[in-house]
Amino acid sequence: MSSITLQNLVKKYDDGFPAVNDISIDIEDGEFIILVGPSGCGKSTLLRMIVGLEDITEGDLFIGGERVNEKAPRERNLAMVFQSYALYPHLTVYENIAFPMRLTKGQFTKDQIDEKVRHAATMLELTEHLERKPANLSGGQRQRVAMGRAIVRDADAFLFDEPLSNLDAKLRGQMRAEISRLQRELNTTSVYVTHDQTEAMTLGDRVAVLKKGLLQQIASPRELYEQPANLFVAGFIGSPSMNFLPGTVEGNVFSTPLGKIEIPDRAAKAGAGRDIVLAGIRPEFFEDASQLSEVQLSKGTTFTAEISHSEWMGNEQYAYVGYETDARVADALQNLAEEMDADELRTQLVVEVDATSRFRSGDTAELWLDTRRMHLFDPATGENLTRDAEAGAELTREAREDRKREAERFVSKQS
Amino acid sequence: MASNGKLTGKQRLGWTVLTIVVLLYALFPVAAIFATSFKTPADLGNAAFLPSNWTWQNYEMILLGDAQGLFLTALRNSIGITLIATFIAVVLATLCAYAIARLDFPGKKIILGSALAVSIFPVISVVTPLFNLWRNIGLYDTWIGLIIPYLSLTLPISIWTLAAFFRQIPWDLEQAAQVDGATQWQAFRRAIVPLAMPGVFTTAIIAFFIAWNDFVYGISLTSTEAARPVPAALAFFTGASQFEEPTGAISAAAIVVTIPVVVLVLFFQRQIVSGLTQGAVKG
Repeated sequence: MSSITLQNLVKKYDDGFPAVNDISIDIEDGEFIILVGPSGCGKSTLLRMIVGLEDITEGDLFIGGERVNEKAPRERNLAMVFQSYALYPHLTVYENIAFPMRLTKGQFTKDQIDEKVRHAATMLELTEHLERKPANLSGGQRQRVAMGRAIVRDADAFLFDEPLSNLDAKLRGQMRAEISRLQRELNTTSVYVTHDQTEAMTLGDRVAVLKKGLLQQIASPRELYEQPANLFVAGFIGSPSMNFLPGTVEGNVFSTPLGKIEIPDRAAKAGAGRDIVLAGIRPEFFEDASQLSEVQLSKGTTFTAEISHSEWMGNEQYAYVGYETDARVADALQNLAEEMDADELRTQLVVEVDATSRFRSGDTAELWLDTRRMHLFDPATGENLTRDAEAGAELTREAREDRKREAERFVSKQS
Repeated sequence: MASNGKLTGKQRLGWTVLTIVVLLYALFPVAAIFATSFKTPADLGNAAFLPSNWTWQNYEMILLGDAQGLFLTALRNSIGITLIATFIAVVLATLCAYAIARLDFPGKKIILGSALAVSIFPVISVVTPLFNLWRNIGLYDTWIGLIIPYLSLTLPISIWTLAAFFRQIPWDLEQAAQVDGATQWQAFRRAIVPLAMPGVFTTAIIAFFIAWNDFVYGISLTSTEAARPVPAALAFFTGASQFEEPTGAISAAAIVVTIPVVVLVLFFQRQIVSGLTQGAVKG
């Protein structure tokens, strides 16, 4: 187990294109870090630089305090789970898991290898399949064999390259829980690449959001969600994604295509004097005003809007409100959509209301908006104007404490 | 199309007929030589397909009798030279094809291109200068003197087939091995070579056939029993008298040299299992 430090890492290909551009991350011992971003953001390249399969163009990489830039993959003592699993098809499950130990001649006796393989197999429920070949296993089993091969190594860190992307949705959920459990149990530093933000949010102690080779923000999932650094992070994290409503701030009034909304002082101050800003509002910041008490209503702003259609999901309900977007932000929103691998950003609000609300298309609904939680963004730079860095840091600090507490609990359980 | 890969009655009949026609076309010459090898010298001239008297006479002649010296030493030369040439070709081609498939180095295209160019060069145009050169440097009528030109025949095709084969093997496997703690050589030997085995066997068989069947180099670059391979030696067979054709003996020898080839294919048939890479990656 070790810490990993990335210092101004740069990866340039022969054509001069920087796939990874000046990324610095400090990964603590035992921490679970997620690298997330749309395809082509450099997350896999960064992972392969850590493991040594890609050369580092500039910058330094430290594992356990030791600089390893020039070391071959085998000298870095890291274990990696590949997207394709990369199991050796000519070897049985047993031999696949034993493979890393067989390479270290003389370091393990036959009995030790056997014990370790069986221990890993028990942890991963592979005991019955040890004598089978990978070709005869299901996707989930292959995935577990790949994990087993990583576990037996006593590696300094685990690296995962989109390990669940080849599984169906149900298995993915199971394996996600499995990976989370194993990581906590072994308390091994882990770096996990994914484009799936659910995996990012559920697994990571901290999540690094990348875009076009640049690190956008690294923080705990909660900080990313509540205090995003910029428009891209705000839009990328969360599902359904954040609504971006253009408008102008005058005093405490925010004029939007949906009408005027009263906003708190903090937002008013951040948006003052700007030609146009984008309000980032998550779907759940809205409520059906008719269902709230006076006390709650007073904490936000109420406005009316026409519902274009609604979707009842059982546990919640989504209502959609169309609006005319502002030509001045159309380009910014289009860019954002492309960066996030999405199609055109729809010019409609997604509103999440209680499942008991009876919204139908054509209804004129009274909606309540929790203006305390909304953010204002500069459409030109994407910067979050209302970000509370202190509150964000506090969230990440809390997440760190939670992780330590969890790790200690596992240690005390084992001893 | 018939579902589940099962053929309808008509399709089955069609395939059966087609198979029989192809088999007849391919095997009739072999059968004819086989039948001829059992004919007595007097029988050779008659137009019957089967010998009127089955006799081991021809086989006795080449294995035990007059032609023994000529044939058995030639057989030994053929086996030795072909095996060595095949082995060298496969080892070199494996390493070369691996480099071509996996590494990025300048001149990669030139290697593949020149390999192809060498293989399309007519043997007959090379053999005369080679004859002179070999005589001057003392390689004429030696095993080495045949192995080297055989390599020029077998290497290009081996490199091409193996490079194609290596390209199919997922690169992830090798990288996984390296991360698991293997050196580049260990990754190659323990993860890649086992997967490439079917390809290596196939290539080895092709290379073996090419060397085994060669006639032009065999007859031009040898003069004595020191290195003369079977195909060349067959040309030196003579009848019991000058009025007798050596057809019977040649047929018997032809059958004998066919046996190793058949055995080889049957033996390696099991090794050439396709689909070994299935399950290596997602599926």
